Amino acid sequence: MSRALLMPLRWLADFVVSVGQGARFFLRLCWLGVAALRRPRLVIDQIHFIGNYSLSIILVSGLLIGFVLGLQGFYTLRRYGSEEALGLLVTLSLVRELGPVVTALLFAGRAGTSLTAEVGLMKAGEQLDAMEMMAVDPVSRVLAPRFLAAVICMPLLAALFSALGVLGGYLVGVEMIGVDAGAFWSQMQDGVDWLDDVGNGVIKSVVFGFTVAFVALFVGYNAQATPEGVARATTTTVVAASLAILGLDFILTALMFSTD
Amino acid sequence: MKRSGVDLLVGLFVLLGFAALVFLAMRAGNMSSAVGLGPTYEASAEFDNIGGLKPRAAVRSAGVVVGRVASIRFDDESYRAEVVLALDNRYKFPKDSSLKILTSGLLGEQYIGMEPGGDTEMLAAGDKITLTQSAVVLENLIGQFLYGKAGEAAK
Repeated sequence: MSRALLMPLRWLADFVVSVGQGARFFLRLCWLGVAALRRPRLVIDQIHFIGNYSLSIILVSGLLIGFVLGLQGFYTLRRYGSEEALGLLVTLSLVRELGPVVTALLFAGRAGTSLTAEVGLMKAGEQLDAMEMMAVDPVSRVLAPRFLAAVICMPLLAALFSALGVLGGYLVGVEMIGVDAGAFWSQMQDGVDWLDDVGNGVIKSVVFGFTVAFVALFVGYNAQATPEGVARATTTTVVAASLAILGLDFILTALMFSTD
Repeated sequence: MKRSGVDLLVGLFVLLGFAALVFLAMRAGNMSSAVGLGPTYEASAEFDNIGGLKPRAAVRSAGVVVGRVASIRFDDESYRAEVVLALDNRYKFPKDSSLKILTSGLLGEQYIGMEPGGDTEMLAAGDKITLTQSAVVLENLIGQFLYGKAGEAAK
């Protein structure tokens, strides 16, 4: 009886402890990530691994999302006779929401999982323990450069995604359907503010970069050192990172775009 | 892969990313026009009703952007809206120029239209423009129309 009553309490205590561990780990990663700048070689290698290899999926997805936005936006706007606002619609949706969010989701799937699996396997193969035996801190040597690289890559990838999306919308809207090119660009420039819209989108993508990198590394570092443990950790990364991105996106949007 | 090969690819990736950012800010956003405005001088004006005018809205004369709205404030002594305009130094306007709040297109953004007057003295920094015309509020317009229709029917 008393044990059944204590279960939720135990569960709650475990949860609070893991939140505390996560927060400590996050601060440590941030601190060591800055320190990792002293070893730029490691960071550059990780940017190559995380950023360059994600480039193809981000660019192609951006272009395709732009195509779809162009088509759907055109069908809806035509009802109100304002097809010229297509450029504005495509660009605002991309720089404010879709660019950062979809990039972060893809990034969690493409780069986050590989980070988790890599770190988890290093742990399962006792490589991290071996480093500690040699008095090398695995967090600063292995995790921090990956963290910094992911935080650097994410806003760049999101910007590329949005830019390709705008081009995709242009190709479908102007080249294929025949919306006036001048109106497409001028309405866009009239309605998109470089600080309020583009700048806030960049802030979002930076926040998501921190989120994905932290979740992937935290889950990988704490994975059970077995093949099943690594497999489970990889799944956890995708699920937890995606939920965190979408939840944070709502909060950030409410904070950024509520005033006018 | 060789060291320099990785560096080259990473460099390309970072440059591409920044190029995309610049593209978004300059081509898709309004950074070029915000930066393109040279040094400005400020003039203020009071409106009865500014409608949906927002800070940084354009000030146009003859359709050309000559400045931006710097700030909007409610004056609780005159109960009117006080709008501060930042006008481009290159352009001088007569002191008795008039301002109108206009809408670009049917549902577009609101901007201030500036019509030069005939005065020989020019506007200087800190001057107040007195001739203003409020934004057209659709509800008032419809009200007037209905009132007019009712008047016709009564005849």
